Amino acid sequence: MEGFVTVDGVKVAIGDEKNLLEVIRKSGVDLPTFCYHSDLSVYGACRMCIAEVEGRGIQPTCSTPPEDGMVVKTNTEAALRIRRMSLELMLANHHGNCQTCEKNTHCRLQELAERMGVKEIRFEDPKEELLPIDDSNESLVRDPNKCILCGDCVRMCKEVQGIGVLDFAGRGSDARVTPAFGKDLKQVECVFCGQCVSICPTGALTVKNKIDDVWAAIHDKSKKVVVQIAPAVRAAVALEFGIHGGEEAMAKSVTALRRMGFDKVYDTSFAADLTTVEEATEFLTRVESGEKLPQFTSCCPAWVKFAEQFYPDFIGNLSSCKSPQQMFGSLIKEYMGEHDSLGREEVYVVSVMPCTAKKFEAKRREFMVDGVQDVDAVLSSQEMIKMIRMSGLNLAMLPPESMDLPFGFKTGAGVIFGASGGVAEAVLRLAAAGTRTDGRTLEFKEVRGLEGLKEASIQLGDKTIRLAVLSGLSNARTVLEKLRKGEVEYDIIEIMACRGGCIGGGGQPLPNDMEARETRKNMLYDCDAVQPLHNAADNPYVKEAYTSMLGKPNGKVAHKLLHTSYRSRRRIQGEQVELTEVSEVDEKIPVSVCVGTNCYLKGSYDTLNKLTELAKQAGVADKLDFKATFCFEKCKQSPNVRVGDTVYGGITPEKAVEFFNQTVKAAAEKGKVAVKK
Amino acid sequence: MSPVAKLTSPQELAELKAKTLAAIETGCTRVMVCGGTGCMANGAPKVLAALEKAMADAGLNVKVDLLDEAKDESVTLGYSGCPGFCQVGPIVRILPSDIFYVYVTPEDAAEIVEKTVKNGEVVERLVFTDDEGVKYAKRNELPFYRDQVNVVLADCGIIEPGDIRDYIAKDGYRSLAEAIFGMTPEAIVSEVMESGLRGRGGGGFPTGRKWAFTQKVQSAKKYIVCNADEGDPGAFMDESIMEGNPHALLEGMIIAGYAIGADEGYIYVRAEYPLAIARLKTAIAQAEAANLLGDKILSGSFSFHIKIKEGAGAFVCGEETALIASIEGKRGMPRPKPPFPANSGLWGKPTVVNNVETFANVPKIILNGAEWFKSFGTATSAGTKVFAITGDIANTGLIEVPMGTTLSDVVFKIGGGLRTGNSFKAVQIGGPSGACLTNEHLDLPLDYDSLKSVGAMVGSGGLVVMDESTCMVEVARFFMQFTHRESCGKCVLCREGTKRMLQILERIVGGAGTVEDISLLEEVAVTVRDGSLCGLGKTAPNPVLSTLKHFRHEYLAHVVDGKCPAGQCESFKTYSIDAEKCKGCSLCAKKCPVNAISGEVKSPYVIDQKACVKCGACVEACRFDAVVI
Repeated sequence: MEGFVTVDGVKVAIGDEKNLLEVIRKSGVDLPTFCYHSDLSVYGACRMCIAEVEGRGIQPTCSTPPEDGMVVKTNTEAALRIRRMSLELMLANHHGNCQTCEKNTHCRLQELAERMGVKEIRFEDPKEELLPIDDSNESLVRDPNKCILCGDCVRMCKEVQGIGVLDFAGRGSDARVTPAFGKDLKQVECVFCGQCVSICPTGALTVKNKIDDVWAAIHDKSKKVVVQIAPAVRAAVALEFGIHGGEEAMAKSVTALRRMGFDKVYDTSFAADLTTVEEATEFLTRVESGEKLPQFTSCCPAWVKFAEQFYPDFIGNLSSCKSPQQMFGSLIKEYMGEHDSLGREEVYVVSVMPCTAKKFEAKRREFMVDGVQDVDAVLSSQEMIKMIRMSGLNLAMLPPESMDLPFGFKTGAGVIFGASGGVAEAVLRLAAAGTRTDGRTLEFKEVRGLEGLKEASIQLGDKTIRLAVLSGLSNARTVLEKLRKGEVEYDIIEIMACRGGCIGGGGQPLPNDMEARETRKNMLYDCDAVQPLHNAADNPYVKEAYTSMLGKPNGKVAHKLLHTSYRSRRRIQGEQVELTEVSEVDEKIPVSVCVGTNCYLKGSYDTLNKLTELAKQAGVADKLDFKATFCFEKCKQSPNVRVGDTVYGGITPEKAVEFFNQTVKAAAEKGKVAVKK
Repeated sequence: MSPVAKLTSPQELAELKAKTLAAIETGCTRVMVCGGTGCMANGAPKVLAALEKAMADAGLNVKVDLLDEAKDESVTLGYSGCPGFCQVGPIVRILPSDIFYVYVTPEDAAEIVEKTVKNGEVVERLVFTDDEGVKYAKRNELPFYRDQVNVVLADCGIIEPGDIRDYIAKDGYRSLAEAIFGMTPEAIVSEVMESGLRGRGGGGFPTGRKWAFTQKVQSAKKYIVCNADEGDPGAFMDESIMEGNPHALLEGMIIAGYAIGADEGYIYVRAEYPLAIARLKTAIAQAEAANLLGDKILSGSFSFHIKIKEGAGAFVCGEETALIASIEGKRGMPRPKPPFPANSGLWGKPTVVNNVETFANVPKIILNGAEWFKSFGTATSAGTKVFAITGDIANTGLIEVPMGTTLSDVVFKIGGGLRTGNSFKAVQIGGPSGACLTNEHLDLPLDYDSLKSVGAMVGSGGLVVMDESTCMVEVARFFMQFTHRESCGKCVLCREGTKRMLQILERIVGGAGTVEDISLLEEVAVTVRDGSLCGLGKTAPNPVLSTLKHFRHEYLAHVVDGKCPAGQCESFKTYSIDAEKCKGCSLCAKKCPVNAISGEVKSPYVIDQKACVKCGACVEACRFDAVVI
């Protein structure tokens, strides 16, 4: 679009702006908005960006395309009145306990009310009962009483993350944002990425605060409190405190954390190096065998939950490596057990993460040993910043200190894990180390940047590695759908839930927009540049860890400590229903009949009854362990029955006799089937 | 009805018309029972059954199919659409003599058959009688009808909506045949543009211009959407058209599809109109069978399909972008425009959205030409408009008058004045989005621009007449309660503004209002009007603003003088006992649910004003009219 718009008497050239609002902002007028974000679709609900357009009257500028010759006035009587009235109306309906609100001083509603000079709320306090707060999960808190219904979280979750756990329900002043059927976030398909928190203008969506737990551990004399700090945190801290560069911010943070009382301060980037070694080894093995490709990265817990929920058929493709946070957790507890003779519960591991899903990840049952978590508490970068402020520490003035060894030493490859493309680049650096001899650093700039979908082909020796780097789960959805249909082929895919990677995680301080992410990303690559080493395999302490503790990469011990498994979350989380009494003999053959909706409708319940009856008649009932179970994800061939490890489809009640005689009875008589231990 | 053969040319359509017309006109008496929702609810099916039985008892040869060969004394019996005069239903019409019976019961059937059907006599006691006792036997003589001009409703109430041939006999689908075989799409658009037809759903946007925009957009797929989500309280114009003459709507949509290059249409009709939906479904099936709808219409090259989408009850889905979202299966919420549906509508494709009455005008315009259409109405508001008149009026029902007819003519000539004998106070025009008109507007012509000039709107055509006993603050509160409930909750001003306006209005009618409340109410109202996202929000304050304009003194009386001038608002009522009239029977004290009445038997009782909950039980209990309000 060519031409000019006159904004409050000033001529402004129209560039590539999509709407009048952006042209107005370019002219130097910061027209406020709640519901407009350039990455999301135009919503037009907050009525803050209205202006008078000559010949058209009052228009929302966010949805008006700029046209040559437009004459716009932003501060007419009506425009100011509408903005102030909208704010007053929002405030009248807002549970304004600002001083104790998690978002205090970071709240857009607070800021704009102050800016627009709204000094009085003339409407009756409704004295309505407050709606319940949803703090069901580890990561996020949703307080509907503070929601202004701008819909930012709804569109973020749907458009950028491709999930849509939040939407509007109810009409008129009963309208509210809620998960389906008023459920808690824990009960729905939320992956806890926290992008909704990053975009929420008020205290309606906040990070679940664990600061008090951590203080309690610090004050508990019986515990050794160890903290690990994730790569992306350093960039956020630097920006927040006006410190030049991520490395310096990190070094000052080390000082601060020690002064607060943490016993050891380590860098998650060390664990990232370890992850790189494990994951690259795994990848090269898969390339060798041609199996389970493409390999997906598994560092991002939001992505892992997304895959478990929506793409369980790809679970095998996920790298079995634990995320760096969890590798660190299990390693440190093992290490301190050996070196310091401390029990698992005596070591209290805190991690500081840019992420809200990490709080969920730490609670996964896979990451607990004897009921004790590998990582005891996860703080977001926001919370660490709050703790520093709470302690009265002036971070910018503190002297830098270095991390504790051995787990405080990292290569540049570990640091760039915090940006989208970082994991892929770290793996490539390791894999390419033998093949490239031309320089000190091995840079793969083609995978860097905030774009949600990046592709590259890298020549490694005689092999071409096709890789994709995705961020924003809607991009993951797009690519996975194509993979399912066989429209695309890759060897390795890095997926991070948040746009731009962990630097834009839901736990990062606000603003957490694309501009902030761009700055943080550049800081991380600067941090990489100043490291002496850039290939994870060169990290001397990683090598040492293998020699003293872990053995070989992907070896037995490494597998036990550094790898994990995943599960389908596609269906209801129902435990199996035990149908036969547990007897002393544990050599029973498990026979599971699916009674999920699809199988049930095709008669699986009758099949189950027939099979148990037949077993009694044949006198083999005590050798079989019948279970009613839910969904093997093979609904097309329902009803499904699993004997041992094999799922048999199409076992209708009519076929039950034939199936029993051929398969079940045979197995019972043989007393053996393939059962995974 | 016998099946309609597939028509393969305009010629065959003309032949079917001639054949049907001949069958209808061969000395056959048609008895039509009103099949509109009002009469159906009032017992029309029983009347029809009784007539059928009476005819059989009388040995009449009843034709069940229009095309059956006519024999001596043959008569057809069936449902018609709504003739509009709902006040006097169930209605039975006898054609061709056009005798119009009102308040018909099943017991009247035998007499109707014996006297009217067999002998052509009028049953005097069943015809409409006005207040002076004057009787009117024929429809067109009735005061309710004689000043109306029926274009859209012309065939409503005469034809049988369940028989496509009845519509064809009235030149139905002739416009379609002429359009697709004899006119270019451009010619149709310019004819509609020339006619001056404007949207009948509320906004009054020129239909021809809307079509022209959509026609010009290049797209392989375009849609026609009919907005039949008529939701204003008391309005049933579109319902009656769909129930009484569904083919007129279909024909209008098909012509529109041809004009803009669309091959698919949706009718978004509220689920609360089950009869309309059933009749539309029948009409679509018959039109498809007759090859007037579907692939290769009349064996030409144009194809058009129509689907029905039932709404789920949200008023806001009458807003076109919310309606489109609802068809797409999304939450019915308006979105900002641009982009307009003409560029990006249903499923993102260019779409024309018009309401039922607008589409139903189209075949008439194509058939009779733009000049004919412009002969009705005013220079800027051509044609006629259907209004639903209701409230404190003698003749409630559906009327159609030329645009520009004065309010006075509608209320007093056609509507028969006020029902209660009270004097006229105001009308609310345009439903909850509309405004009130008062005595000073009685000579105001009802057309788009005149109404706009006084801050009102035609809206969809609802007219609620109110007499002097109406409290205008309460009227504003009533409509605000409606829009507050029906706001989608998307934009701040509408969601929160309607809530707060309602709260203030409740305070005022509840006796707790202040003068400051009135100015705050006005400030919110003006701001919600200026700044809301969609039409619902922009017009929601209209009832408040217009009552504030014309009846500010009533607001002030509530908050300053502490009384409701109309005597309607409960909180301002006081109940007391007239000591002179009270006989001391103690009945009121016994009936009082809160024991607010006390006294000695045989001496006057007293009401404790603090305890009184103003339920009125004492008024009903007193046999001596001693309780004074």
